[in-house]
Amino acid sequence: MDPFESIKATFFQECEELLTDMESGLLAMEQGDDDSETVNAVFRAVHSVKGGAGAFGLEELIRFAHVFETVLDEMRSGRLALSDEVAKVLLRASDVLADHVAAARSGGGVDEGRTVSMIADLQGLIDHERANELGLNVHGDGSAAEEDFGFVPVVLSLDEPAAEAPETDIAALLSAAAEPSVAAEAPEAATPAWKVIFRPRAEMYAKANESALVLRELARLGEVEVSLDTSGVPALDQLSAEAAYLTWTIRLSGDRSEAEVRDVFEFVEDDCDLTMVRVGDAPERVAADGPDGDAPASAVEAAAAAPLDLAALLARVAPAAEPAPAAAAPAAPPAPSPAPADLDVAGLIALAEKASQDHAQAAQSPVARADPKLDQKAEARAAAGPATAATPTIRVDLDRVDRLINAVGELVIQQAMLSQRVFESGLARSSDVALGLEDLELLTREIQDSVMAIRAQPVKSVFQRMPRLVREVAEAVGKKVRLVMDGENTEVDKTVIERLSDPITHMLRNAIDHGLETPDEREAGGKSAEGAVRLAALHRGGRIVIEVQDDGRGINRPRVRGIAVAKGLIAEDAVLSDDEIDNLIFLPGFSTVDVVSDISGRGVGMDVVKRSIQALGGRISITSEPGKGSKFSMSLPLTLAVLDGMVVSAADQTLVAPLSNIVESLTPRAEDVHLIGGRDAVICIRDTFVPLIDVGVALGFRDTPLPPTSGVAVLVESEGGGKAALLVEAIQGQRQVVIKSLEANYQQIHGVAAATILGDGRVALILDVDALVTTSRRKSPRIEKRMAV
Amino acid sequence: MSKTVLTIDDSRTMREMLNMALVQAGYRVIQAVDGVEGLEVLRAEGADVVITDINMPRMDGFGVIEGVRADPAHRATPILVLTTESDATKKERARCAGATGWIVKPFNPAKLVEAIRRVAA
Repeated sequence: MDPFESIKATFFQECEELLTDMESGLLAMEQGDDDSETVNAVFRAVHSVKGGAGAFGLEELIRFAHVFETVLDEMRSGRLALSDEVAKVLLRASDVLADHVAAARSGGGVDEGRTVSMIADLQGLIDHERANELGLNVHGDGSAAEEDFGFVPVVLSLDEPAAEAPETDIAALLSAAAEPSVAAEAPEAATPAWKVIFRPRAEMYAKANESALVLRELARLGEVEVSLDTSGVPALDQLSAEAAYLTWTIRLSGDRSEAEVRDVFEFVEDDCDLTMVRVGDAPERVAADGPDGDAPASAVEAAAAAPLDLAALLARVAPAAEPAPAAAAPAAPPAPSPAPADLDVAGLIALAEKASQDHAQAAQSPVARADPKLDQKAEARAAAGPATAATPTIRVDLDRVDRLINAVGELVIQQAMLSQRVFESGLARSSDVALGLEDLELLTREIQDSVMAIRAQPVKSVFQRMPRLVREVAEAVGKKVRLVMDGENTEVDKTVIERLSDPITHMLRNAIDHGLETPDEREAGGKSAEGAVRLAALHRGGRIVIEVQDDGRGINRPRVRGIAVAKGLIAEDAVLSDDEIDNLIFLPGFSTVDVVSDISGRGVGMDVVKRSIQALGGRISITSEPGKGSKFSMSLPLTLAVLDGMVVSAADQTLVAPLSNIVESLTPRAEDVHLIGGRDAVICIRDTFVPLIDVGVALGFRDTPLPPTSGVAVLVESEGGGKAALLVEAIQGQRQVVIKSLEANYQQIHGVAAATILGDGRVALILDVDALVTTSRRKSPRIEKRMAV
Repeated sequence: MSKTVLTIDDSRTMREMLNMALVQAGYRVIQAVDGVEGLEVLRAEGADVVITDINMPRMDGFGVIEGVRADPAHRATPILVLTTESDATKKERARCAGATGWIVKPFNPAKLVEAIRRVAA
């Protein structure tokens, strides 16, 4: 991938994390946490989003992030106090920011009206005058003026920046006029030049700026003649290593604007005395700084040579000195040239050593004070070698993980086959081969578990989207809702996570829209006006359980029953337990609200939720207590890569029925089986008639049906809730199988969901129970014959 | 030998952006995600130039500047701070704390390399 695009992808990934951090920070703030670190973290998140957006020229995003950031900065600096109201606005702003990020990512647009009103709300938090001061005033069209932001996006490009327009510097002109040594040449001289007098102060060196580098930069602009004035250097015994004594005078030829020249001094201009004069073509005059132009000339060296000389000198006289003083050498002037004969070597050494000790002491103490732990860590790091900057996590393409998982799946199969071969070869269980194989089996299982753990992710990524949903739904239906989330770190396979979002969304909407009462109703019922919805995830028996619980009105059983009767879902005189009535809401076509609101679903009921959960191999149930609330629980397998199945045989084929579909198995009695229309069999199980499907015939393995009494009936429930009994010849047992996609390897086959490889190396088809049941219900003609695998 | 630049920024995007621009320009790049780690990495590995963000968790850019300037082994290491145009006061504060120079975000690679060249021998 283009590195730029790849960084952009990183940016959006990071945005997601930042938005999550921001939201959890804001939620904490909503609960009254006004700790400065919490506010800071939120600020940083928005700031980083803006920073990245700036690099990619995402202007809409920058514009909104800037306003948001400014408000947070006000809060950070204590000018804006945290209140419930403020937290609510900030939370809504975070939603809008997330929309902007999503829009920038997909290249789509954002809701302009919402952005404008959000910006207005944010500004409302800050008093008007201050907002003007901060440049947050919005213009009539609702868009903030670009210049008010002081944040001009520059798209990352390799183009050189355009030079700024030259400005007339009156001070420079005045000083030029006042400069006696500069001849008043015609300003239109053929080759114009700049005379720059550069006198660094000690502070400049303390900030690790170096004169030589500044001069080097200047030399890039044109031909330079540099002269060094050492007249400020004191006698050696008065020389301070930290002081600045030198002045450079530079004549820069070429037609450069003042802005260009000044730009070279950008980092140092506040720490030096700088005079810039525009001069004509008169090099000999510029050099005429000294009395007759001779004395300075003798001191003129390539400017960079001076610090080098001193470094060398210090290295010679104080070989044991730390590298720091040597590196800091430019901070000290070169040895004074006026009195070389008086050079007192001993004195110089003492001076140099003292200087280096001073450095060490002055510098050491604050570090020691800073943080002892930090030092220890630094040592540990140093010991760990150069790979110290490593982070504890790595990011890997999902593709790679999937490939690994597939390979491990193959390994498991291969290992099972090997075991079978060894068993068949008649080797003793205590033989070396058999023992080695046992170890291999353990190892394989461990690898399988570890690989599955790689794909496992906390459900947090789904849960974190829910607070926003709850806010929006609550606002739309005019209810007050507090969302409590538990078990966000419960881990589940990534493929499951991706598909959890819709059912959870639906259940939450349902809980708020139908479950909770309005604030007035709640208060009338002696509850607090704010309803509570709890979203929890937990592991139970190798499955993940997601619970959505509300403290609302509970299921109105008489009403549910009435609707079910009215819609013909149950008989008028049916005797149902409370539990059964509650579960009526999962029936297809059931909807307790007469007017379908756009909140709890686009005209779909809980049956859709149930079906999508069953598609994941899961189940859903409800418990409810009138006046106290309801609880939906759904349980799902932890992974979709392996499946618990019942291995059965039909027409000499080995097949696998997903355990999650199976209700029970039984041996049919002849008197329970009836033929309808002489062809379609039904079986009576506990006074209910369900279709009896001969699997061998349905899949086309044979034409003549199996006599029901010679086989086993497996009662299954499809995702749609339809039941049927699958007639097979025998049940072999229950086992975990690795799912192999048929679509990816062959093509889709009706009635077959996938395939797997059994321990003996044979391929077994996994039944698509839903398809089989639906087919039987529609009474469609038998599926045409297919080749057996 | 190529110069080593230590980049300290809590934003992964910014770190990658700096890394891309600097590696292309022939620098060796080492990274840290906050000020505390930045000082640790600097002490462990050393660097010819330090580029640091200002807003960071644990220790911000000002802390980095103070830490580097207080370390006898690295007090003369040039430090460039990443600022935005609007942070005039922050830039000034960074300068007072001892920053060698600054890079205005969003930067382009040419500007970045120029800033390094200005402060590194």
